Amino acid sequence: MIGSPLDLWKEETLTKVLKRVAELVAVLFIVSLGTFWLVSKMDTDPAVTMLGEGRTEAEYAAVRDDLGLNDPLLVRYWDWLSHAVTGDLGKSVVPPYNGISDRIAGALPVSVELAVLGMGMALLFCIPLAMWSAYRPGGRVDRLVGAGALGVLSIPSFLAGLLIIMVLANGLGWFPRAQWTRLGDGIGQNLYHAFLPALTIALAETAMFTRILRNDLVTTLQDDFIMSAKAKGMGPVHIMVSDALRPSSFSLMTLMGIGLGRLIGSTVIVEYLFALPGMGSLVIGAANTGDFVTVQGAVLVIAVIYVLTNALIDASYGYLDPRIRRAHV
Amino acid sequence: MTSNATRESTRPAERPRSGTLLAVEDLRTVIHTARGDLKAVDGVSFTLDRGETIGIVGESGSGKSVLGRTIMGLHTTGPTTTISGRVMFDGRDVQSLGPKDLRSLWGSQIGMVFQDPMTALNPVKKIGVHLTETLRKHQGLGRTPARERAVELLDLVGIPDPRRRIDQFPHEMSGGMRQRVVIAMALANEPALLIADEPTTALDVTVQRQILDLLGNLQAEMGMAIILISHNLGVVAGRADRVAVMYAGRVAETADAKTLFADPRHPYSEALLRAIPRLHEPPHVRLAAIDGAPPNMVQPPVGCRFAPRCAYAQEDCRTVLPELEPAATGHLFACHHPVNRGEN
Ligand SMILES: Nc1ncnc2c1ncn2[C@@H]1O[C@H](COP(=O)(O)OP(=O)(O)OP(=O)(O)O)[C@@H](O)[C@H]1O
Ligand SMILES: [Mg+2]
Repeated sequence: MIGSPLDLWKEETLTKVLKRVAELVAVLFIVSLGTFWLVSKMDTDPAVTMLGEGRTEAEYAAVRDDLGLNDPLLVRYWDWLSHAVTGDLGKSVVPPYNGISDRIAGALPVSVELAVLGMGMALLFCIPLAMWSAYRPGGRVDRLVGAGALGVLSIPSFLAGLLIIMVLANGLGWFPRAQWTRLGDGIGQNLYHAFLPALTIALAETAMFTRILRNDLVTTLQDDFIMSAKAKGMGPVHIMVSDALRPSSFSLMTLMGIGLGRLIGSTVIVEYLFALPGMGSLVIGAANTGDFVTVQGAVLVIAVIYVLTNALIDASYGYLDPRIRRAHV
Repeated sequence: MTSNATRESTRPAERPRSGTLLAVEDLRTVIHTARGDLKAVDGVSFTLDRGETIGIVGESGSGKSVLGRTIMGLHTTGPTTTISGRVMFDGRDVQSLGPKDLRSLWGSQIGMVFQDPMTALNPVKKIGVHLTETLRKHQGLGRTPARERAVELLDLVGIPDPRRRIDQFPHEMSGGMRQRVVIAMALANEPALLIADEPTTALDVTVQRQILDLLGNLQAEMGMAIILISHNLGVVAGRADRVAVMYAGRVAETADAKTLFADPRHPYSEALLRAIPRLHEPPHVRLAAIDGAPPNMVQPPVGCRFAPRCAYAQEDCRTVLPELEPAATGHLFACHHPVNRGEN
C-alpha cells in the first residue's frame, strides 16, 4: 500500500493550492513593482509637494534624503514593500500627513460595499431576465430584454446616475442623494444610503450579465441532457434552475470576477456623483495633489483585491463543473 | 414503508397486462425548415400492445427519432412543426394534451432512453439526483425514500456498489454504466411504454449485448411495452416481437420479427438484412452497405421513395407511390415489385 486514495487526493490538493499561492505572490510582486516604477516616473517631486513654497536648499535636501529619494529605485522599492507587507504603507506627503493605511482603511469599505452590492443586485436581476429570454430565443421577451440591455449599455454611467438621482432622489424623494452612513453606524441606514449608487453600478453590469448568461443558457438548452430532463417530465422552471443554470455560468463568473476587481478601483464617477468617500475619490484626490505615496498604496491594495477575487472565481469553477475538480490545477 | 405501500398500490400491479397500449394513426410530422417543409414522418401507422416490443429500423435520417419524439409528444404543432394524424396512448390523444398533462405523462407513463449516454446525463448533477428528481416529482416521495428507491433502481439495472455510485458524477462512470443509469431513470416510475432510441449505438459491441439483455430482463419483470429504435436490424433480431422498417419517414414493411427476417418482401428490408454486421467477421470486412444516399425529405421522389436506389425499380415505381398492402396477416409492405415472390 502506497497510501489510500484519500491521502493521495489530499496531497494533490495541497500541491495545487501551494502552486496557486506561489502564482498569486508572483503576480502581486510584478504588479507592485510595476506601480512603484510608474509612480516614480511621475513628474511631481514629492519633496516639493511636501515643502510647498518658500523652502531652503538645505530643507529640500533633508526631506529628499528623509523620503529616501536619493536611493536607487530597487532599494526604495524594497524598503516600501517590506513595510507594506506589515500593513504600513507610509505617510502621505501632503497635509495633514496622516498614515496611508488608515486612509485606505476608511475608503476601502465604501468601495468594496458599493462593488459587492452593485454586483449582487446585477446578479439578482440578470438571472431571471436571462432565463426568461432564453426560454424562447428570438421571442418577444428575448427581443425586448436584448434591446433594453443594449440601451442601458449605450448610456454612459454618469448619465444613468444622474437620471437615477433625478427620478428616485429629486423627483420621488424616496432616497437621499449624497449621504453616507458607515456600515458600523447602522446597517439599515447604510443600505438605504448605498442603494442608489449601487443601483447605478448595477445597471450596466446587469445588461452585460444578462446578455452573457442568456447566450450561454440558449446553448446549454440545446444539450441532450436537457431533452432527457424534459422527457422525465421536469417542468421548465426546474430545468432552467436545476439543469441549465450551473453549466451556463462560466462566462458569467469570469465576468463577475473581472468586474468586481475593476469596480473597486473605478467607481470614481459614481463616488463623485453621490459624494462618497471611496477608493476612487482617494486615488483621484491623491493624484491631483501629487501625493504619490498614497496612489502607490491604494493601487497595491486594489491589485491585491483584484488578484484575490479572481483566484476565488477560479476556485468556483470546480463547483460549477465537477469534471474540473480533479482534471488540472 | 409507507412510501412502498403507496407505490405498489398505484403502480403496475393493478395495471392491465394485455390489450392495445398505443395506436399510431397516419402520423405525419412536418418540420418547417429554411429549405422548405421537411416531412420527417410521412404517414406512419401501427399499434402496440402492452408488454409488446416493436423494433423500428431504418437508415440514419429516416425519421425514427422524430417518430419517437412525436409519439411521446415532445414534438407538438407550433411555429416550426406541424403534426397530423393521431397518437392514442392508453386511451388518450397525446397531441391534444396540454403541457402540464404531457409532463405528468413523461417519465411516469412513457420513459425514454436516448442514444448517447455520454450526453444524456447532466455533467454537474450526481447520479442520485438524476433518479430522485423524477421519483419525487411523479411519486411524491420524500428525500430519504427517494434515495432508497434510487439505490434499488441502480441495483436493478446491474450497477455494482450502488450506494457508492449514487454519489458519483456521470463523468466518473463508463459509457455502459451511464446507459444503465439512463435506463434506470427512464424506468424509475415503471412506465407502461419505454421508447429506446438507439440505446446501444454509442456503446461497444459487448456492452451493447449486455444493455439489450438488461432491457429484455426488465421488460419481463415490469411488463412495459418497448419501442426499440435502431438503424441495425441485427439489434432488434430476437428482441422485438414485431419490426417496422422505415424509409424516408414512411413504413416500407412491417411484420412479426420472424417473418420479416425469413421472408422480407421490400427490397429495402432485404438490403438492410444484408447489411447486418456479424460479430464473427473481422471488423475490417466492409458491410454490404446500401448504394446511394437517402432521399431529400423536403422534396421526396414522386413515386416510391426508394425507387432511385432500388435494383428492382421499374417505370411505375417512379410515378406511383406504393401503399402498404398485406402479404399475409400482420405482414404489410409497400412495394410494386416485391422480392421473394416465390415463397408466398
Ligand atoms: N429539429 C429538427 N429541425 C430540422 N430538421 C430536423 C429536426 N429533427 C430532425 N430533423 C430532420 O428530420 C429527418 C429525420 O431525422 P431523425 O433524427 O428522426 O432521423 P433518424 O432516423 O433518427 O436518424 P439517426 O439514425 O441519424 O438518428 C432528418 O432529415 C433530420 O435532418
Ligand atoms: Mg435518431
